[in-house]
Amino acid sequence: MNRTESAVMSRMTLKTEGDTHVVVTRHFAAQPEAVYRAHTDPQLLQRWLLGPEGWTMPVCVSEARPGGMMRYEWSNGKGEGFHLTGEYLELEPYRRIVHVERMHLPDPTPDNHIETLFEPDGDGTLMTMRMTLPDAETRRQMLATGMEQGMEASYVRLESLIAG
Amino acid sequence: MPNLDSAFSALSDPTRRAILARLALGEATVMELAKPFAMTQPAVSRHLKVLESAGLIVRRAEGTRRPCQLAKPGVAAIDAWLDMLRGALEKNYERLDAVLAETKSEIKS
Repeated sequence: MNRTESAVMSRMTLKTEGDTHVVVTRHFAAQPEAVYRAHTDPQLLQRWLLGPEGWTMPVCVSEARPGGMMRYEWSNGKGEGFHLTGEYLELEPYRRIVHVERMHLPDPTPDNHIETLFEPDGDGTLMTMRMTLPDAETRRQMLATGMEQGMEASYVRLESLIAG
Repeated sequence: MPNLDSAFSALSDPTRRAILARLALGEATVMELAKPFAMTQPAVSRHLKVLESAGLIVRRAEGTRRPCQLAKPGVAAIDAWLDMLRGALEKNYERLDAVLAETKSEIKS
């Protein structure tokens, strides 16, 4: 259980919080402004938010303003794909994003409410993404079945589950 | 091998997670497990049944005692699954690292 993680992996933490939250943190070697832009600018999102090798995001709509829509469509180039839709709720430029999203597999999953913070951390940025699912059962389904594609940013360390 | 769906279902309950946390320290009997939770033994037994059928714990017979311990294959299967998911997410972030590095040099040049 307590395997040694590589230096790369140790930059990211993933844990559950309470019954309905999943919290992911990651340090980036860039200013909060750049990391924030990479999370909201469609052209930048299409370069990294791709999941497993071989997948692309041919359609990326990201209207980064309160009430703005988001729609990400992924494809594996072999006729398979799925998409995510969502809405931006609050944006504090370069510091904080609040949005809701759902995956269409093809039926929509329950809304995932996500607050993402970008804070100065040394020379770079600490990103903290806190997801809130409607209930424990939805979080369980998301962790157990909703992420075969590896696209959803919701991962847990068993150690933290066990440590409560 | 455990069914991941039933394993995650078993893990979705805070009491069962706490029981696993206790068992991570070593095996324990129902009575020992019931103590810190202010729960009746039958209630703890019900949780143990869920954990057992999810493949997360095993119980061995020792006279009249049936101490519980973590089931290593079950725990390892979940860990492997989560590792895969972590890996997929980390792959995104490694790509983002590269995008950020490129963006930085684009600004400089």
